[in-house]
Amino acid sequence: MIDVENLNVTFKSGNALMHAVRDVSFFVEEGETFGIVGESGSGKSSVLRAIAGLIESTHSKLSINGKPTSARQARENSRLMQMVFQDPYGSLHPRHTVDSILREALIIHSIDNQDKCILKAIADVGLGVEHRYRYPHQLSGGQRQRVAIARALILSPPILLLDEPTSALDVSVQAEILNLLGRLRESYSLTNILVSHDLAVVAHLCSRIAVMQFGRIVEVISAEDLRRGKTKEAYTAELIFASRGFSRVS
Amino acid sequence: MSEILLDVQDLNVSFPSQRGTTKAVRNASFTLGRERLGIVGESGSGKSTMGRAILGLTPSPGIVTAKKITFNGENLLGRSEADWQLLRGRRMTMVMQDPKYSLNPVMKIGHQIGETCRLNLGVTGQEAQRRSLAMLDAVKIRDPDRVYNLYPHELSGGMGQRAMIAMMLVAEPDLLIADEPTSALDVTVQNEVLRILDALVRDRGMGLIFISHNLTVVSSFCDRILVMYGGKILEECKAKELHHAKHPYTQALIAAAPSLYERRAELATVVRNPEWLK
Ligand SMILES: Nc1ncnc2c1ncn2[C@@H]1O[C@H](COP(=O)(O)OP(=O)(O)OP(=O)(O)O)[C@@H](O)[C@H]1O
Ligand SMILES: Nc1ncnc2c1ncn2[C@@H]1O[C@H](COP(=O)(O)OP(=O)(O)OP(=O)(O)O)[C@@H](O)[C@H]1O
Ligand SMILES: [Mg+2]
Ligand SMILES: [Mg+2]
Repeated sequence: MIDVENLNVTFKSGNALMHAVRDVSFFVEEGETFGIVGESGSGKSSVLRAIAGLIESTHSKLSINGKPTSARQARENSRLMQMVFQDPYGSLHPRHTVDSILREALIIHSIDNQDKCILKAIADVGLGVEHRYRYPHQLSGGQRQRVAIARALILSPPILLLDEPTSALDVSVQAEILNLLGRLRESYSLTNILVSHDLAVVAHLCSRIAVMQFGRIVEVISAEDLRRGKTKEAYTAELIFASRGFSRVS
Repeated sequence: MSEILLDVQDLNVSFPSQRGTTKAVRNASFTLGRERLGIVGESGSGKSTMGRAILGLTPSPGIVTAKKITFNGENLLGRSEADWQLLRGRRMTMVMQDPKYSLNPVMKIGHQIGETCRLNLGVTGQEAQRRSLAMLDAVKIRDPDRVYNLYPHELSGGMGQRAMIAMMLVAEPDLLIADEPTSALDVTVQNEVLRILDALVRDRGMGLIFISHNLTVVSSFCDRILVMYGGKILEECKAKELHHAKHPYTQALIAAAPSLYERRAELATVVRNPEWLK
């Protein structure tokens, strides 16, 4: 479904060049949830943004359902895939209420029963009607993140690109969101790419997980092997060790 | 631990609006010594609001009342904004939950950290630059020289979070409220940042309030934990004993966390009980 071959992303700031993504290749099947973990700054968000067509990239292939992503119109793209950004504050319009943030996509795609859709989307992510007319700054961090998830889900797109979708959620709300994503995958074979720092979260939801460091995928590991600690790369083993918690002796 | 740095009694924060009043914090009382106090709890339970109220940063139209809030024995209630300016930064500070929102979007990272340095420590330009670079390096930024010259939108999520931590720590505060400071960091970098915070508490006697959703981190890193729900502190326990917590909410929280070692089809969810807020 999602086919990425030799993806490269470079950024220019001032006269410095930064090669953020280096020769990244992977394939995600329809209905699969593919995970990406790795070092902070290793290029995970850049991979998602390149797939969504939000930043420039070079590649030998970047296609969805066999069709190059760049050949599509923005409107068609937004029906096909939605992205939940790592930084919910930056991605929600500060002067729009939750209601108008959610309504926007419904208007663009002329969808009926907008109020019903909005109420369902709010309830699906565990928010209440009292949040419907609030502005982003009147919500807690986790409530904002759930608005971003609700906005991505409201069009029921076949593909979701999720960048740290539960990092601001307590484990009880996280459990509800992960269960929701699991149910959607069952009910309409939703395809996901999930970026997370939480190995337990990726192992729970994903079948295969790419481990990134310095812009490259150093290893693709199955959830089973991750659980059993059957790693090929030392870096992956380090991540597993570090996720056991903080240790005062060093 | 015996020495009390921060004493909060009966703190209430509410947000009035035409659609009714939100009671974000209800009768919260706790003390903090030179230790690591963890705060966990449901999204929207009032953790950030409580942190902001302690630092006099409640946005309008929020209303803060308390029987007592003291810091090093000094009363913090009813202070003027000029008073707060003197206290915040050098003596008490907060790492905010949304780093990109809290950083100045049109100022280079290095200058922002350097500015904090100059304002709070009175050091000169070059010394400020040296300290800023050293701090970026301490929070494990791979190439401090490059990042020093970047704008906030050019940073990855975790780099922004570490820039924010660097900016707060460079002022050497006595009290740090860290709101989800490591949520965007991979686990190895997270442990390095925790090591820095740990050393500041141990060696410099800093008081640390550590707000986090990560139960593994909180229970392995903190000394004590407060559990919040619906604006109330439901229970307090020793960090090491979190897994034997008594309150049904805390028990449900622990059960809802996915595990790396055990496969589950569905995660347990919490059945919320209105009785908990009585
Ligand atoms: N707009 C930009 N301009 C310049 N450099 C950028 C820009 N966006 C990202 N970068 C750089 O690209 C690298 C990769 O960033 P990216 O956001 O993809 O990392 P990440 O793996 O998502 O990290 P994190 O886990 O911290 O979110 C970083 O070094 C970052 O500074
Ligand atoms: N300016 C505001 N106006 C109205 N309500 C607000 C405002 N700021 C916060 N709230 C509400 O107060 C409650 C507590 O919010 P707070 O940000 O303290 O939660 P939190 O425990 O930090 O949650 P999270 O873990 O999601 O960050 C929430 O229900 C939130 O919607
Ligand atoms: Mg990222
Ligand atoms: Mg918060």
